[in-house]
Amino acid sequence: MRIAGKGLIDRSEPVTFTFDGTRHHGFKGDTLASALLANGVRLVGRSFKYHRPRGILTAGPEEPNAMVEVLDNGSQTPNTRATVQEIYEGMAAQSQNRWPSLRFDVMAVNDLAAPFLGAGFYYKTFMWPRAFWEGLYEPLIRRAAGLGTLKPHHEPASYEKAFAFCDLLVIGSGPAGLMAALTAAQNGADVILAEQDSVLGGRLVAEANALGADWLTATLAELKSLPNVRLMPRTTVVGAYDQGTYAALERVGLHLPNQPHLPRECFWRIVASQAILATGALERPIAFSNNDRPGIMLASAAQTYLNRFGVSPGDKVTLFATNDHARTVARQLIAAGVKVVAILDSRSEASSVEDCPVYLNAAITDTAGRRSLTQITGHHAGGDFLIETDCLLMSGGWNPLVNLACHQNARPAWREDIAAFVPQPGMVPGLSAAGSANGAFSTHAALFEGRTTALAALTAMGKPAQAPDLPQAEDAPYRVQALWQVPGKGRAWLDFANDVTVKDVRQSAQEGYSSVEHMKRYTTQGMAPDQGKNSSVGALAVLADATGRGIPETGTTTFRAPFTPVSIGALGAGGQGAGFAPQRYMTSDQASRDRGAPMIEAGLWYRPSYFPKPGETTWRQSCDREVLMVRSAVGVADVSTLGKIDIQGKDAARFLDFVYTNTFSSLPVGRVRYGLMLREDGFVMDDGTTARLGENHYLMTTTTAAAGQVMRHLDFIHQAYCPDFQVRFISVTESWAQFAVAGPLSKMLLNSLLDERLADFPFMSCGEVTVEGVKARLFRISFSGEEGYEIAVPTAYGEALFRDLLAKAETLDGGAYGMEALNVMRIEKGFITHAEIHGRVTAFDIGMAKMVAAKKDCIGKASATRPGLNGPEREQLVGLRCDAAIGAGAHLFTPGDKVERVNDQGYVTSVCYSPTLGTNLALAFLKDGRARHGQRIRLVDHMRKTDVICEVTDPVFLDPEGAKLRA
Amino acid sequence: MPNLIAKSALAAHAPVTLAGTTLEEAHVGQITSISVFPGMLAEVAAKLGAFPAPNAVKGNLIWTGPEQAFLMGQAPDLAGLAATTDQTGGWAALRLTGPKAADTLMRLYPLDLRATHFPPGTCARSPLGHMQSILIREADSFLILVFRSMARTAWHEIEAALHALDARAAAGV
Repeated sequence: MRIAGKGLIDRSEPVTFTFDGTRHHGFKGDTLASALLANGVRLVGRSFKYHRPRGILTAGPEEPNAMVEVLDNGSQTPNTRATVQEIYEGMAAQSQNRWPSLRFDVMAVNDLAAPFLGAGFYYKTFMWPRAFWEGLYEPLIRRAAGLGTLKPHHEPASYEKAFAFCDLLVIGSGPAGLMAALTAAQNGADVILAEQDSVLGGRLVAEANALGADWLTATLAELKSLPNVRLMPRTTVVGAYDQGTYAALERVGLHLPNQPHLPRECFWRIVASQAILATGALERPIAFSNNDRPGIMLASAAQTYLNRFGVSPGDKVTLFATNDHARTVARQLIAAGVKVVAILDSRSEASSVEDCPVYLNAAITDTAGRRSLTQITGHHAGGDFLIETDCLLMSGGWNPLVNLACHQNARPAWREDIAAFVPQPGMVPGLSAAGSANGAFSTHAALFEGRTTALAALTAMGKPAQAPDLPQAEDAPYRVQALWQVPGKGRAWLDFANDVTVKDVRQSAQEGYSSVEHMKRYTTQGMAPDQGKNSSVGALAVLADATGRGIPETGTTTFRAPFTPVSIGALGAGGQGAGFAPQRYMTSDQASRDRGAPMIEAGLWYRPSYFPKPGETTWRQSCDREVLMVRSAVGVADVSTLGKIDIQGKDAARFLDFVYTNTFSSLPVGRVRYGLMLREDGFVMDDGTTARLGENHYLMTTTTAAAGQVMRHLDFIHQAYCPDFQVRFISVTESWAQFAVAGPLSKMLLNSLLDERLADFPFMSCGEVTVEGVKARLFRISFSGEEGYEIAVPTAYGEALFRDLLAKAETLDGGAYGMEALNVMRIEKGFITHAEIHGRVTAFDIGMAKMVAAKKDCIGKASATRPGLNGPEREQLVGLRCDAAIGAGAHLFTPGDKVERVNDQGYVTSVCYSPTLGTNLALAFLKDGRARHGQRIRLVDHMRKTDVICEVTDPVFLDPEGAKLRA
Repeated sequence: MPNLIAKSALAAHAPVTLAGTTLEEAHVGQITSISVFPGMLAEVAAKLGAFPAPNAVKGNLIWTGPEQAFLMGQAPDLAGLAATTDQTGGWAALRLTGPKAADTLMRLYPLDLRATHFPPGTCARSPLGHMQSILIREADSFLILVFRSMARTAWHEIEAALHALDARAAAGV
């Protein structure tokens, strides 16, 4: 019910929304919870396990009951706390974990079976038969117990991630936080003030206390006017990490209708020299029988609904409290015209003078009302009572919000005088607590501590610090007498979110799970989305009682980040779909796509798979044509993706001798040599060609896949083993666009474009040329087995050269070829790629043992001589020929052997159909393979259901003498 | 004169202005990397007139790593003193100018880009999202160098951050 004249909502801006399909009206500034209460909606959800009807318990992010799904333009956000979600025009929300409806939920049958369904029930009952757990029991239980649902489609909304830096991060904008921010800001520090709520002020907004709205308004205005202050409302600091780094989640657009580009949430990483924990305190519920009915709420929540939203929590309100603070709530309700039926004070020595009946030494033993509270019963100093009431406010005292201070695994200290845990200094370096978060509950104490901690933070940063004046504020003592549980017959809830009762905790202790961490796991207390914010202290107090220990000895469970739930969408902002990794495009990309080439991903690169001609309907047709085209005329392929590393210095040759197994110091200038590189463990790392461009200048080529790895490898070797070498290297992969020109007509094609005709340019030479007026590098190397060249131009000219080469190649009956044809041709020649050098093969395995020079040392040489890395027991590179189609990944068996793992003779790494030879070819690793050329081997592929006999051959199928490439 | 047509990495991208901040391709001309050989720093600095300190820009020299700088232009003869390598084609350059430039980049760079901490004349090698990059603060703008092949991704990510800031400004959040 709305109360005229109360609240900070904007009554000039009505807002219409729906809950479970029913239209309701609220105002701008309302949360979903306040608007529902104003509309008289009490029942908002069903509990996790027993499907008990539940109402709104709190007015903040700790809410355990009022979780709903928000539907918006095809997206559905589950487990949204109604106490946090602001309403906006047209918003649609629905209740969750109920069927078929919130009022009538079939699964509420669980509640009748409650005597059997206590903590540990599932573990004990569904142990047998063992295999049934994963397949049957767990899915069933998961369906019956739970939270909201996810839609099985991509999230259409956008999210954001950002970084921020400041001198002082103030977490929380209550009196302590505001005073801290003001003190630091006036002294010139860069301040970020993060507040989880949509409005700043914390309890000053909720409590409407004596400090008054004027101070708040003036302070906020001053902070807003200062350029060194950043106010961040709707931003919850969720984690405290090393070196002053804090994670925070900002609700950017969740309070607005979905709109393009507006992020729903932003995940912040804030780095602060100093930070102040001014997160305040949470009121705790009291465990008594049936304390979970809709209409039972925290006293502080009622105060917030009254003062901030102008909403009365009920018509006939009763208070059940253990401390003086709750009296303020009663007085404010009465002043606003709300009928307060009675105050039930658990203490025997407390004032009984109020404008309503006060019962001391009171205890509630039961409540009634299925979907909404109707009456409470119990006893007090003067006898028993039965009170007709529709709203019961409870106040069991206050728990300082110590969570962030505990995120680096330090534990808080117990303070007996306030019956609460408080942070200890230094739990998170650079983070100090102030105000209620530190157990200082009066407004004056909060202001004072805010100022003190800010001054200390300024001093720690070496900044001058002048103390501003404090405003006059109440400094009332907080008198509390702890009350953890009220004896009674029914179930007394501790953890509303996960349906954990006092009895469950006691049972845990009885069954030997008496450590607080074991109790948590046995009962699931504190594991729900609220992470025990409402229940942990109460539960461990009950455990302490059940085990005969004190609360400090019992201790707390571990506080972990995040403080409140963080959506995966925010954590992964920008990473959806193609945002997962950068996309790398070659200069020929558009020209290839223009020719209809399907692009395949090679690492981060996009490379053309094949270039279909009219009439070709399968990739094989195009691939076969491209292979025969290169073998008979000329083909052009973009090979810019191969790693290129420029290496200079008078020790460059020496360095390469150390890096490669073979010798590069003997390579003449103007020549190219194939090189093999080992890892430190002696296995093959990469291969490629390196050209000597000058006496002290080399250009190394790596495979596309290992370009980054090789660069890192070189850096490591240089820095770790030979920092005194005069050698420098830098990647030039991106500086040059490089094209392979291969085939018997390759020289003719080049000559049509080069400014000077090629003179004698034998196989494995390199040199500078000019192509259409541009300086270029030319290498005579071949990955196809044909006469082949690679021509490199500065990247800006790449697209032009590719298109010009293609135009002239087409005149010669040649053209572009893609990755498929490239692969077929290298298999025909027995050239290896990372399909073969996959990290588990040695130089011996691939038949290159002789390339490990005897006369010099190199990385991996010693390791490569270890026993077991050379010899007939090794699987060695061979070729396979087969009439039938075969697939990579197939395994090899000696004909006649049983097809079993123990008889495995090797495996296939690369396959193709060779249009040149008219048969299927494969490269494979076969045990003692080099001694088995000419033998037959059985190839079994369980995946593709292939079982055929192949012939073992040398891995070089075509032109083993290399006559063609030397032509 | 070359007859081949030169094309820049982002030739197809027209400048974009969002939230009062403009993203455009920059044309920075020749880039030469200079890697000083051990013990030659003083001589190289004498030849070049200066050598930038870490994370600093000195004239047309940008610090890019230990004893390494990018010279925006043609290097003098440094034979025996430093390795010089042409890097011109390897980098795409983007320029971001306007009031939201730092805020935009602080969505992608894990760097403190407050003017007090990253003033004009500062540079950093730092990841832009998942790409390695060189970030330079100029008098009124930021210059971003990324590997040329990744230029489109860099453009897209910066543009997306601009869109988000623009939408925030429109919504007042």
